[in-house]
Amino acid sequence: MPFEANGKTFETDEEGYMVDLGSWEPECATVMAGLEDQPLTEAHWEVLNFLREYYDEYQIAPAVRVLTKAIGKKLGKDKGNSKYLYELFPYGPGKQACKYAGLPKPTGCV
Amino acid sequence: MATKKFMFINRKAPYGTVYALESLEVVLIGAAFEQDVSLAFIGDGVYQIAKGQSTDGIGMKNFSPTYKALGDYEITKLYVEKESLEARGLTLDDLMPLVWEDEDDDYAEKPSIRLVSSAELAEVFDDQDVVLSF
Repeated sequence: MPFEANGKTFETDEEGYMVDLGSWEPECATVMAGLEDQPLTEAHWEVLNFLREYYDEYQIAPAVRVLTKAIGKKLGKDKGNSKYLYELFPYGPGKQACKYAGLPKPTGCV
Repeated sequence: MATKKFMFINRKAPYGTVYALESLEVVLIGAAFEQDVSLAFIGDGVYQIAKGQSTDGIGMKNFSPTYKALGDYEITKLYVEKESLEARGLTLDDLMPLVWEDEDDDYAEKPSIRLVSSAELAEVFDDQDVVLSF
């Protein structure tokens, strides 16, 4: 379902992932999270920004296992575990965070 | 789930057909299920991991950066057939420096690419549970 942010309309696929990844802006994350009653704190943004950078560099959305390990390396071991990430994104850090970050659904994620 | 040894053989140039990208997608899925995944690059397949790829002008996504993520997926065995590389006038320097980080060795970067002869590659294939050719 398309959503509106900053006065613009953004198209999504049937699962809510943005169709035009290049058109993402931070407001999109806030709106998409709001639609799922998920407030975004600084800790959430840390993960979203990390995902944006990862996608820029590798052109894929990382699998949860890879994300967890990479976050641990970049942001510290206390954050690089699935408990921490699932607390932030209860629907699954891969699925939910990638959606808000304007990334495709992670490959291998069902 | 039991772990199996999966070998993905990549034989085609990256952008003329969809084989290279499809192979890469299945590779990532296989790794997400924690299987023991290896890749081999044979024939024009060696171009898939060539340096300096640009898809400007052909309207396709340049997915070559994704090969650099394979190390994160614990895919650390990328076999390149020596004869194929030589027949195309290429050397290891023409390929992307693909590495993996060894967590047990203070995240030291170690090379993933293994240059092997056709005969050595045959032995590697012999040791696999599943071989898929793209």
